[in-house]
Order: sequence, then C-alpha cells, then structure tokens
Amino acid sequence: MAALLDNLGPLLQGLLTTLWMAALSAAGALVLGVVVTAMRVSPLPVLRGVAFAYVQVFLNVPLLALLVLFVFALPDAGLLMPLPMTAVVVLVIYEAAYVAEAVRSGVNTVALGQAEAARALGLTFRQTLGSVILPQALRAVVQPVGNVMIALVMNTSLFAAVGIVELTAAANKTNLVHAQPIPIFVGAGLTYMALALLIGLGTGWLERRVAIVR
Amino acid sequence: MAVLYDAPGPRTRRRILVWSVVSGLVLAGLLGVGLWQFAEHGQLDAAKWAPFTQWPIWEYLLVGLLGTLEAAAYVAVLSAVAGVFLALGRLSGVRVVRWLATGYIEIARTLPVLLMIYVTLFALPGVGVNLPLLWKLALPLTVANAAAFAEIFRAGILSLPRGQSEAALSLGMTRAQAMRFVVLPQAVRHVTPSLVSQLVSLLKDTSLGYVVAFTELLYRAQVLSAYNHLLVQTFLVVTFIYLVCNGSLSFVAHRLRRSEKAHG
Repeated sequence: MAALLDNLGPLLQGLLTTLWMAALSAAGALVLGVVVTAMRVSPLPVLRGVAFAYVQVFLNVPLLALLVLFVFALPDAGLLMPLPMTAVVVLVIYEAAYVAEAVRSGVNTVALGQAEAARALGLTFRQTLGSVILPQALRAVVQPVGNVMIALVMNTSLFAAVGIVELTAAANKTNLVHAQPIPIFVGAGLTYMALALLIGLGTGWLERRVAIVR
Repeated sequence: MAVLYDAPGPRTRRRILVWSVVSGLVLAGLLGVGLWQFAEHGQLDAAKWAPFTQWPIWEYLLVGLLGTLEAAAYVAVLSAVAGVFLALGRLSGVRVVRWLATGYIEIARTLPVLLMIYVTLFALPGVGVNLPLLWKLALPLTVANAAAFAEIFRAGILSLPRGQSEAALSLGMTRAQAMRFVVLPQAVRHVTPSLVSQLVSLLKDTSLGYVVAFTELLYRAQVLSAYNHLLVQTFLVVTFIYLVCNGSLSFVAHRLRRSEKAHG
C-alpha cells in the first residue's frame, strides 16, 4: 500500500494522460464515425465504397499493428508528428470504424416509413439524413456507442507499448522500481474499472434521457 | 438503404455523376499525395520492396503467423469452454454462483489486456510464478475473452423462447439435461456469427505478443524490420496479412449472419 501512496504523483500523471488522450480520441472517433456512416448510406457509389472499405480495414487490423506502423515506420516516409498526437490519430481512425458500425446498426433500426415520409415531404437526401434519420439513429445507439467508448479507454493502454507513459505504463514503471505488484496493479485495474463504470452509468443516464418513448 | 433517396431522375443522375467524379478525383488526389510522399522518401523504390518477393522472408513471417494462430487457438478453445460455464453460472439459480460469475465477467471485461500482460510479465515472476512465454500472452487473453464469450453465450441462451426449456422439463429432463441437450445446442447455433466475430477480435489481440516477445506475426515483423531496416514495407505487409486473415473470417461471420436471417 505504501508503494501506491508514495508514487501517487507519477500514477496520477499517468491517469491524467490516459484521460485526456481517451477524451480527445473519443471526440474524434464519434465525429469521424458519424461521417463514415453518412458516407456509407449516401447516394454516391464512390463514397459508399470508400466508407465500406474503411470500416472493413480497421475492424480487421490489430490496433497495435497500426500503432507500430504509424509511430515507428511512417516517420521513414516523412510522416512525423509528436508521439501523443500520432497515438491519438491512430486510435481515432481505429475506433471510428467501430462507431460507424454501431451507428449504422442504429440507422437500420429507424423505421422505413420515416425515410419514406421525409422523401414524400420533398426533403433532400442531406435533410432526410440530417434531420430525420440520424437524430433517431443516434438516440438508438447510445448503449452500443458507450460500449465502443469503454473499449476505447481500455485500448489507450496499448499506448504503453509505443512509449507513452499513460496509466498502464506508469503502473508498470512504478512496479519495476518498487516491486510491489499487488497494490500497484490492483490500483490501476480498479481505476480502469471505475472509468468503465462511469462511462456505463453515463451512457445509461444519457440513454434514459434521449430515448424515444413510442 | 436506397429508401433514403428517390430513384434518381435524369437531373439527379447527372448530379450524382458529377459528384462521383469530383469525390473520385479528390480521393485519387489524396492517394496521389500519399504515394508522392512515399516516393519522395524513396519508400516506393523497387529495391525496398524486392525482398518481399522472396520466399525466405515470407517463410519467416508465415512462421510468425503460425505462432499467432497457435496462440489464438489455445485462447479460443479455453475461453469458449470457460465462457459456457460462466454464462451458465450467470444464469444459475444459486445466488452465490450467479454473483461470482457476474462479478468475474464484469471485472474481466473492464481490465485492459496489456495491464494483465504486464502482471504476467513483471509481477508474477516476482512471486515465483514464471509462466512459459506462450502463456504469458495466452493467459491474460483467455481471462479477458472468457468474459466476452460468456456474454455471447448468455445472449444466445436468453434469445431462445422459454418454451424450449419448459418443454424439455415437462418431458422429465433435469435442468442440466434440458440445458445440455435442448437449450445449449440451439443457443450456440444462434450465436455462431458473433462467436466468429469474437474470434477476429481475439486474433487481433494476439498481436500483443509483440510486447511479450512471443513468436507471432507482429513480433516477427519487428525482428525482421530491425534486421532489414525496411520498417515501412515490413509493417505494411504485416498489416496486409492481418487484413487478409481477419477479413476472410469476418466474411464468414457475415455469410453466417445472412443465412441465419434467411432461415430464421
């Protein structure tokens, strides 16, 4: 327990890094995910194809392989960004595919009549999607998207493997110095669980607020 | 999704054509800039890609892929078995069993796998438990995936109409018999697509062997790139191998899902 309390500084620093990187990635992934979904249902075959390929690629490639590719390999091709930025960009690209899958399942739950009614009123595709379909679809996918966000927080731990000192790396470093695995790793684990619980409760609350009662 | 927009008339068709060309050009432009960037830094030189036309390099990587598949196979079998028992535990009538199974599932689902890997790598040896390399990777993955499999099986069991188990019980089967001969076989068939999807996620997770230095695809890629200094090419090739393997699995899952829908 003493090891945990004595090193609260570095561990909290790590937690802070985890939190801001997760928050930034979450915001990015939500926006990009919705854009990809919009592309996937658009009337332009080119955009549909690109969005489909995008989702397939990033659902099927390991995040760690992407991180290693972007952090260690792409600088050789002149694509060099600050390390935390690179990591956030990779996580945004990766999780956006999952967000897009979740939102698309929401689009599929919107009753056909809604889209037909929108068309009958003469709304254009952009109006149909923006003011009729997406608002209903997004309300239906609060829970699934919340699960994606929990996975996103868990996945920030992979940043430790490319040299970012976030919570997992901080815990590991502290343990290597003090050899007190039980309090340190249990503490870190409990923190992740608390984060997941917070997101779960948050999405639960949000879902109750925005759910459409029919 | 054609319901989102009307069948296009002549004007809309023209507009779609124009915008398709425009977005196609923009995408081609982006691709061109990317390729130009690569070419500018000499990453497209034939000499840098030539090694990947040679068998020994592929053999080296494919042995890594074999390691990936080996680890994935162990993890898949163990966590599927554990998942069935956890799902049954979570649905059990005995309160203690239900709490234990629920607690395990909820905890294991919200722990990052890398954190558990660090435990097997650096914490357990300190207390005298030094697992073989494969298990330093496979054990944390099994712990995490057992919970995921359990939730899939539970969803499958809950999706069956109650009449199935009621009928089995009224035929005089015990609860265990009903579960084993009536409910589980149907539930498993129901969730096969989700199981295959979970297999994809599990295969992706084995790339953490990179951290453990277990001989799997990503770790071999790292060793190879340290030796030939072709980082961009090696990691792009490896990403592509992952894409092909998991892509075909995802395709199987997709087909299963479709035929499931077609047959009810």
